[in-house]
Amino acid sequence: MATVIVVTSGKGGVGKTTSTAALGGALAQSGQNVVVVDFDVGLRNLDLVMGAERRVVFDLINVVQGDAKLPQALIRDKRIDTLSLLPASQTRDKDALTAEGVARVIDELRQKFDWIICDSPAGIERGATLAMYHADAAVVVTNPEVSSVRDSDRIIGMLDSKTARAEKGERIEKHLLLTRYDPARAARGEMLKTEDVLEILSIPLLGIIPESEEVLRSSNLGTPVTLGNTNSAAAKAYFEAARRLRGETLVVSIPAERKGFMGRLFGRRAVA
Amino acid sequence: MTLMSLFRRRNSAPVARERLQVLLAHERAFAGQSDLLAVLQEEIIAVIAKHVSIERDRVHIKLDRGDPISTLEIDVEVPSAAAAAALRGRATARPAMASG
Repeated sequence: MATVIVVTSGKGGVGKTTSTAALGGALAQSGQNVVVVDFDVGLRNLDLVMGAERRVVFDLINVVQGDAKLPQALIRDKRIDTLSLLPASQTRDKDALTAEGVARVIDELRQKFDWIICDSPAGIERGATLAMYHADAAVVVTNPEVSSVRDSDRIIGMLDSKTARAEKGERIEKHLLLTRYDPARAARGEMLKTEDVLEILSIPLLGIIPESEEVLRSSNLGTPVTLGNTNSAAAKAYFEAARRLRGETLVVSIPAERKGFMGRLFGRRAVA
Repeated sequence: MTLMSLFRRRNSAPVARERLQVLLAHERAFAGQSDLLAVLQEEIIAVIAKHVSIERDRVHIKLDRGDPISTLEIDVEVPSAAAAAALRGRATARPAMASG
C-alpha cells in the first residue's frame, strides 16, 4: 500500500527540498517505487536539486488541469529507475492548484508508487496546506534554531487539524528531522541540543542530519546526497532516516564525516 | 579520499554555475509563454491526427534544454492498420479528438 509523506517545516531554507530528494533517493535504492512531488508552484526547485531541470516538459498543474496525463509529466531519474519526479510549475500561480485536482493526482500516484513524497512550499498558505492534506505521515524538517522550532510547532498544529486524516479523526504520523546539526556547537552550548528540540516539539525523532559540505556539493551537481557520495555523514544520516520511515527501529546516531589523510590535511582549507 | 575526489570537490561550483546559466537563459526567454510546449503538442498531434488515427496516451514528449541547442522529442505510436481501424471507430465517438 502506498504511503504519502509530506516534507514540511513552515520556515524556508531549512532543508525541505534537500531532504525530499535525499529520502526519495534512499528509499528508491532499497527497491521501493518512489515519486517526489514538488508543491512549490511558482518557485520550483526540486527539479534542480534532482538534476532534472533540463527535462521538465509538463508539471503538476498541467496534470491537475488535464492538459497532460500523469505519465507524460513524470520524469524518471536517470541514475535509478525506481525514482521519479513530478515537477511543479514555474510560471503559474499557486491558485491554479485545486483541492479536487490534487486529490485526483495523489490517488493516481497511489496506484503507481510505494512512496509519494510531497515537498511542501514554505509558509502556511494554500500550497503548504494542499501539500500536507493527503499525507499519511509528515517529516517536519527543523534546524536547531529558535525561529525554525517555533515554525515547526505551528506546522505540527496544522498537521493535527488541517489534513484529511485529522478531519476523519485519524492519527497522522509526525517525524522530526533535525537538519544542519553541529554536534560540536551543541556540546559547547552554542546550539540547541537534540533533546531540547525534542522536548519542545514532542514528536518522535526520524534522524539528525549533521551540517555537511556534501549537501551543497550535491545540490551544485544536481544529485540527491543519497545518490552521490553515499559515504558522507549526511547521506548516512538520510539512509538511516529512510530505514526508520520504513518502520525499522534504529538507535539514532549522528554520523560523523570520516576524513582520510588528505581530508585531514585539506579539511580546514576546504571549509574556510 | 583520493586526490581525484579532492579535485571533484572543487569542481562542483562551476557545474552549479553552468546549470543555472542554461536553466535561467531558458526561463527568461520563455517567460510568459509557459504553455508553448502544450500548444506545440496540441498542434503537432492535430496535424498527425489528420492523417493517421493516434491515441493521446501514446504520445510521449521529451525535452532536453541545453546550450547551445535544446531538443524536443515527440514520440507518437502509430497503430497498425487493424488497430487504426478500431481506433477510428472510437474517434468518431470522441469528437474532442477530432476538434484540432
